[in-house]
Amino acid sequence: MEDTYTVLQVIARSWGAMFMLLFFLGVIVFTLRPGSRKIHRDTANIPFRHDDRPARDTPQAQTRQTKEARQ
Amino acid sequence: MLDYVKLLILGLVAVCAAIAANYARDLAYLVHALLIMGAAAITFVIVLRSADEPKAPVPANEYMDGPVRAAAIATAFWGVVGFLAGTFIAFQLAYPVLNFDWAQGYLNFGRLRPLHTSAVIFAFGGNALLAASFYIVQRTSAVRLWGGNTAWFVFWGYQLFIVMAATGYILGSTQGQEYAEPEWLTDLWLTIVWVAFLAVFLGTLIKRKEPHIYVANWFLLSFIVTVAMLHVVNNLQIPVSLFGSRSVTVMSGVQNAMTQWWYGHNAVGFFLTAGFLGMMYYFIPKQAERPVYSYKLSIIHFWALIFLYIWAGPHHLHYTALPDWASTLGMVFSIVLWMPSWGGMINGLMTLSGAWDKLRTDPVLRMMVTSVAFYGMSTFEGPMMSIRAVNSLSHYTDWTIGHVHSGALGWNGMITFGMLYYLFPKLWNKQRLYSLRAVSWHYWLATIGIVLYAASMWVTGIMEGLMWREVDAQGFLVNSFADTVAAKFPMYVVRGLGGVLYLAGALIMAWNLYMTVRKGVVRRDAPLVAPAE
Repeated sequence: MEDTYTVLQVIARSWGAMFMLLFFLGVIVFTLRPGSRKIHRDTANIPFRHDDRPARDTPQAQTRQTKEARQ
Repeated sequence: MLDYVKLLILGLVAVCAAIAANYARDLAYLVHALLIMGAAAITFVIVLRSADEPKAPVPANEYMDGPVRAAAIATAFWGVVGFLAGTFIAFQLAYPVLNFDWAQGYLNFGRLRPLHTSAVIFAFGGNALLAASFYIVQRTSAVRLWGGNTAWFVFWGYQLFIVMAATGYILGSTQGQEYAEPEWLTDLWLTIVWVAFLAVFLGTLIKRKEPHIYVANWFLLSFIVTVAMLHVVNNLQIPVSLFGSRSVTVMSGVQNAMTQWWYGHNAVGFFLTAGFLGMMYYFIPKQAERPVYSYKLSIIHFWALIFLYIWAGPHHLHYTALPDWASTLGMVFSIVLWMPSWGGMINGLMTLSGAWDKLRTDPVLRMMVTSVAFYGMSTFEGPMMSIRAVNSLSHYTDWTIGHVHSGALGWNGMITFGMLYYLFPKLWNKQRLYSLRAVSWHYWLATIGIVLYAASMWVTGIMEGLMWREVDAQGFLVNSFADTVAAKFPMYVVRGLGGVLYLAGALIMAWNLYMTVRKGVVRRDAPLVAPAE
C-alpha cells in the first residue's frame, strides 16, 4: 500500500485534472448553447428591477400596496 | 424564549471572558478578553431591554438596509484610518526618526505595517464587501435579507474582529503569516462571524424571487466560501495556553510556506478580486444605466477565474525550498489568468459602449471605469512578475509593493469609492450627491496619488533589484544593502506624497458623503413609507 500522499497525488494529476478540465469545458459549451441568449438578456437586466422594494407575490397585490402607501 | 437563550449565552460569554482576563498570560490576550467581555455585556443589555417586549412585525416588503448603511459608513471610516496609517508608515520608511523612541515596541514600522494592511484590506475592503453583498443580494434576489438580525450580528461581529486584530498588532500578538497575522482567538471569532455571513447570503439567495442568480452574486458567494476555506486551513494553529495569545502552527517548514501563499494569493484572488468583481458587475451597469456588455462573457469570466486563481499561489515562492514543479505550476497558471482577467476588464469597460459620453459628465462613473482600467493594468503586471526570470529581479524589492498598490488603490479603492458615491444618496433617499465638484477633486487627487506611488515604486524597485545583483569583475557584490536604502530615499518621499494625495481625496469623500446625508435634497420619487431602520 502506497502512502496517502502518493495515492492522492496520482488521483489528482490524472482523473482529478481531467474532471476539472471537462467540467470547465462543459461550462463554456453550456453557456454558449443555442437558445441561451434570451435567458441571458433577461438575467442581465435583473439589476434594473426591484430597486426600491422587494418583489410582490402577485401583480395585483403590488398595485394595492402602492395605493395604500400613497394615501 | 429565544431572548432567554440569547441572554444565557451572552451572560456566559461575558463571565468566561472576565475569568479569562483574570488568568491572562499576556497583555494582548488581556485586552482581547476585556473587549469580548465588553461586547458581550453591551449586547446583553440591548437584548435584555427588548426581551418580552412586543416585537415589531418584519416589513417583508422593504429591503433591510440598516446593515448596509452601517457598513457603508464603516467603509469610509476605516478607509481614512487605513490610508492614514499607510501614509504614516511610508514616511517612517523615508524618515526613520518617525519611529519614535517613546513608542518603541508599539508604534514602530514593524507593528504598524500589519495594522495598515489589515485596516485597508479587511476593515476598508471587508466592510465595502459587506455593504455590497447585503445590498446586491437583496436587489438582485428581490427579497429582504434572510435571518433577521443576523446581518447586524455579522456587521458588529466583524467590527469586533477588526478591533481585536488591530489591538493585537500594536501589542505584538501575531502569528507572523502575512495577511493572516491575527492569533487563534481572533481567528476563531472571525470564523463564527463568517459562517453567519455565509448563512445570511445563502439564505437570501435561496428565498429569491428572481428565477436566475445574477452574476454578481456568483462572485460574492465564491468570495465568501473561498475565504472561509482559506481562513480555516491557513490558521490551523494549536494554542500554547487557553489563556495566552501565542499558538504553534500545525504545518511547518515548506508546507507551511506553501499553505501561507496559497492563502495569501487567494486572499488577493477571492477577497480583493472576486468580491470586488461582484461590485463591478452590479454597480457599473447601474451607474451607466445599461446591462453588462456580455452576460455570457461574465459567466465564463467567473468560472475561468475560480478555476485558475486557486493554483497561482506558488509564484510567491520562486527560488525557495518549494519543489520546482510547484513554482512552475504557479507561474503557468498566473500567466493563464491573463485571459479571464482581461475578459472581465473588457466586459466592464464595454458596458459603457454607447454611453461613453457619460464619462464627461459623471465623475462617479469615471471613477469606476478608472478602477477597471487599473484592474487590467495590475492583472497584466502580476502575471508578468510571476515569471521566474522577472521575479528574480522583482522579488523582495519595492516593485512588489508598487504592484500591490496599483491593484489596491487603483482597482479596489476606486471601485469602492464609486460604490460609496452610488450608495449614499440611494440609502439615505437623497436626490443626488452633495457636491460633484468634490467628487472630481477626489478623483484627480486619488489618480495622481496612485501615479506618484506606482511610478516611484517601479523606479526604486528595479533600481534596488539591479543594485542587489550587481557584481564586479572579480564576482564580488558591488553594493551593500545600506547603499540601496540610501539610494531609495527620494523615491520614498515621492511615495509618501502620493499617499498624502490619496488620503486627502478620501477625506474629501468623507466630507462629501457626510454632507450628502446631512444637507442633500430628498429624492423626489422616494418611497413614501419611511425605512424601518
